[in-house]
Amino acid sequence: MEILKKTCLYDKHLQLGAKMEAFAGYEMPIVYDSIKNEHLAVRNNVGMFDVSHMGEIIVKGTDALEFVEKIFTNKVQTLEDGQVAYGMMLYENGTVVDDLLVYRLNSEYFLLVVNASNVAKDYTWIVENSTDFDVLVQNVSDDYQEIAVQGPNAENIMAMALGIDLSQLRFFYFANYEYLQHHLIISRTGYTGEDGFEIYASAEAIREIWDKLMEHDVVPCGLGSRDTLRFEAALPLYGHEISQDITPLEAGLKFFVKLDTDIDFLGKQALIKQGDDLTRRVVGIELTEKSIPREGYEVYKDDQIIGYVTTGYLSISIEKPIAMAMINRPHTKKNTEVYVKVRNKMIPGFVRDKKFLEKKYSKTKGA
Amino acid sequence: MSKIVEGLFYSKSHEWVKPLEDDVVLIGITDFAQSELGDVVFVDLPEAGDNVSQEDEFGAVESVKAASDLISPVTGEILEVNEDLVGEPELLNKNPYENWLLKVKLENPDELGNLLSSEEYANFIK
Repeated sequence: MEILKKTCLYDKHLQLGAKMEAFAGYEMPIVYDSIKNEHLAVRNNVGMFDVSHMGEIIVKGTDALEFVEKIFTNKVQTLEDGQVAYGMMLYENGTVVDDLLVYRLNSEYFLLVVNASNVAKDYTWIVENSTDFDVLVQNVSDDYQEIAVQGPNAENIMAMALGIDLSQLRFFYFANYEYLQHHLIISRTGYTGEDGFEIYASAEAIREIWDKLMEHDVVPCGLGSRDTLRFEAALPLYGHEISQDITPLEAGLKFFVKLDTDIDFLGKQALIKQGDDLTRRVVGIELTEKSIPREGYEVYKDDQIIGYVTTGYLSISIEKPIAMAMINRPHTKKNTEVYVKVRNKMIPGFVRDKKFLEKKYSKTKGA
Repeated sequence: MSKIVEGLFYSKSHEWVKPLEDDVVLIGITDFAQSELGDVVFVDLPEAGDNVSQEDEFGAVESVKAASDLISPVTGEILEVNEDLVGEPELLNKNPYENWLLKVKLENPDELGNLLSSEEYANFIK
């Protein structure tokens, strides 16, 4: 029997009557009251997530910058101290080890935030690739607990509830803060398509912050709405849109892969070779008949299977049946008519962009 | 605690059957089922005139997160489908015992004997 880990907020989830399920080795809240209400709280006001299960890995040492460049697809050299970058780590063949956020404290000190389900694998892979570099790699996941505060009202509530003024913190930057003598790292990042923050701190600090935010009516949100929110923002989830069998180019994440620099990161040569010669790609699909395209459902064109749904929902915000799907070329063109097989029925739809929703990041703040 | 209505028949797949007159029954899902599902956002039902068979799938009720097959607790012809659920699937969350899915003319009323009583169902979901 697998013994599930608990986050520092476990007791609070139970008190709130959350529906708990196993996720990445942790017993996590899926929903407290209603996925729909939690989703809408983040879109329209503010919600918070216990994401303490996320993995944190520190890379430090004189070669830290050079090493992170070697294992990460996005820019590191031009990253400022205090800036965050989203990108991926790749195998030699170009498929994805994991997607992650890289926090640059300075050129000799980086914090990597990785998926909970991949922490052990990532740590081993990073250490294995670090032998030629003067770096120390540490898995500090158990020391860092995390809450994500997300929604258009996030900045206000952080000021009102915690007295922390984040108006000068720019999108994809982080800084150190104090709260009741606890040390916090706060970044203006998230996984919902809304403005918001991710707070890293000790268990004690995270529990106090959670309680204070609850007092200010911030809606606790589970992993159920975390998935519906990131899906509408077309953000990928490891194991769905990206995986050890899928490259970033196939996933449509070229923006986060810097092929045009002289940095030779792992997997780069395979991606250059793959180039624009893709056999398949993740696209958006919208159904024109009422139904719900679920993960794993087959996509058809003229009785031929041309792909499968990677994530799909009856979107809560735009109230349409939409999906992200891995589709074989040449059927990836916009407006291509396709069918999704739902319980042995062929439901008509069409290929569309993945801009299901305008993202409302606060990109001008403090700039 | 899930609500269970006395006098109905229940299946282990969480549907209820309410006998009306002349071997006609209503079929719905239980309070336990709707609570496990969470927000119901879509109900996929067959049409009047179609037939259903005991223990066979006849449609699905879908929450935000997942689709769950509906398993027919009886065999017979569908006389009527509750069209209210098309526009307002959330009625199943509000009152699962008032908002039936299908009205069915039983082919073999003895089949009701294969189902659970309210007491047996209460023990089953304990």
